[in-house]
Amino acid sequence: MATVEFKGKTFEIDEDGFLQSFDDWSPEWVDYVKESEGIKELTDEHRKVIDFLQDYYKKNGIAPMVRILSKVTGFKLKKIYELFPSGPGKGACKMAGLPKPTGCV
Amino acid sequence: MAFKHETPLLDQLESGPWPSFVSDLKRQATHRKENPDNVEYQIDTDCVEDILGVVELSYKEKEVHWKHGGIVGVFGYGGGVIGRYCDQPEQFPGVAHFHTLRVNQPNGKYYTTDYLRRICDLWDFRGSGVMNMHGSTGDIIFLGTRTEQLEEIFYEMTHKMDQDLGGSGSNLRTPSCCLGESRCEWACYNTQELCYQLTHEYQDELHRPAFPYKFKFKFDGCPNGCVAAIARADMSFLGTWRDNIRIDQEAVKAYVGGELPPNGGAHSGRDWGPFDIQKEVIDRCPTQCMWMEGDQLKINDKECNRCMHCINVMPRALRPGEDKGLSILVGAKAPILDGAQMSSMLVPFMKVEEPYDDIKEVIENIWDWWMEEGKNRERLGELIKRQGFQKLLDMTGLKALAQHVQEPRHNPYIFWREEEVPGGFSQDITDFRKRHQR
Repeated sequence: MATVEFKGKTFEIDEDGFLQSFDDWSPEWVDYVKESEGIKELTDEHRKVIDFLQDYYKKNGIAPMVRILSKVTGFKLKKIYELFPSGPGKGACKMAGLPKPTGCV
Repeated sequence: MAFKHETPLLDQLESGPWPSFVSDLKRQATHRKENPDNVEYQIDTDCVEDILGVVELSYKEKEVHWKHGGIVGVFGYGGGVIGRYCDQPEQFPGVAHFHTLRVNQPNGKYYTTDYLRRICDLWDFRGSGVMNMHGSTGDIIFLGTRTEQLEEIFYEMTHKMDQDLGGSGSNLRTPSCCLGESRCEWACYNTQELCYQLTHEYQDELHRPAFPYKFKFKFDGCPNGCVAAIARADMSFLGTWRDNIRIDQEAVKAYVGGELPPNGGAHSGRDWGPFDIQKEVIDRCPTQCMWMEGDQLKINDKECNRCMHCINVMPRALRPGEDKGLSILVGAKAPILDGAQMSSMLVPFMKVEEPYDDIKEVIENIWDWWMEEGKNRERLGELIKRQGFQKLLDMTGLKALAQHVQEPRHNPYIFWREEEVPGGFSQDITDFRKRHQR
């Protein structure tokens, strides 16, 4: 597995650029990932999505369904794609440090 | 030509009469090595040799050598690309990344060579040059490229070829259809047009997963089911008619007289004896609604269930009626999780008329319900099982019909709505005790 260093932090990642361990997440991780996910400037709206994903994951051990993400944050799917161009899975979950989505993707 | 890896097991699959995928892969590997057109390959030149190598290793060990999962894609979309990585990247660097792109096919899969040459040029340049024609959902499949090439391929396709990606993930997958009216005399509606229009209408649902799970449309022009809509689509659209089968009695005579071969000659490889209309058509009709009066074939169309058998046997004599439309069936899925399902009848008959508002209304009502009530990774067919077919009828605003069931229920566990029951469900036990001592 690859290791990246950024602003003094070390992150273990897989081929898709997902964190190997949720516990390794730190605010620097978001800064490191954002460019490869097509995000120039991180706004409060980005943070709202990331915070919710992390809270939900800590509580439930899984990522929320898209519908729940929209309902709780108040962001329609269109808005989520405006914030995270690769979408809630590849974009937002990766930045939040959640495990890689699986299944028939 | 000598290749990078020895492939003794795969080599055995070059013999025999069927077109060999091994020979084809070797030819493509050789083509990339020789590179007669001086293409500036954007992924490893020897990637096809590494495919052969990794497949040979899997043949030997009887285990797959691709890592679990893979999340890659293009900006703006949540699907269309299936990421894949080899679990022996040092041994097979050419397939260390081996992502698949789904490319939305034209309906009925009609092509011009000009178009095919252009996608081949693009794929030779930025991918392995290996394809599936086609994936079982219908897409053109580009098999094998690297992450850095995905946006490049997407740009070229959309800007130069007016070509979009297909679907993957928890979304509307690429719809597909039988070839319909383009060259079949039984098509009861224009399957290609409806498939095309709905693919365009629901681009958003196709590219950005918003559903509890995957959802598929398939469009069959008649009950023969040449795209297998009833088995492989959450919403199956099957052409049908509601008036009478059109009979050409002269052609019936020609069949009986042996001038026309039954089934368009489909059984000519074996001697089945002379055509016997009684034995091969009338006695095989599932509703027994056909008979001969002298040399005239008669059909009691009210009893016909439009199974297509007689029309299939005598295509020159019998044709579907003129009042055509489609049936909508819902819920087909493969076994996971709670068992395989074929689609169940929801709308027995609907006319197919632009701009297809009636059809869209059914689709969107179903989506509204399933998106709200569906559990994570629950197919529509499973939601129907869990909440009941009656709930589906309520949510789509359709009335229950006898055609909705193969047979009525035999168990008596029947739910009633409170408003249907005189007095309702709130009762006082003391009231009951006045008449019934403890």
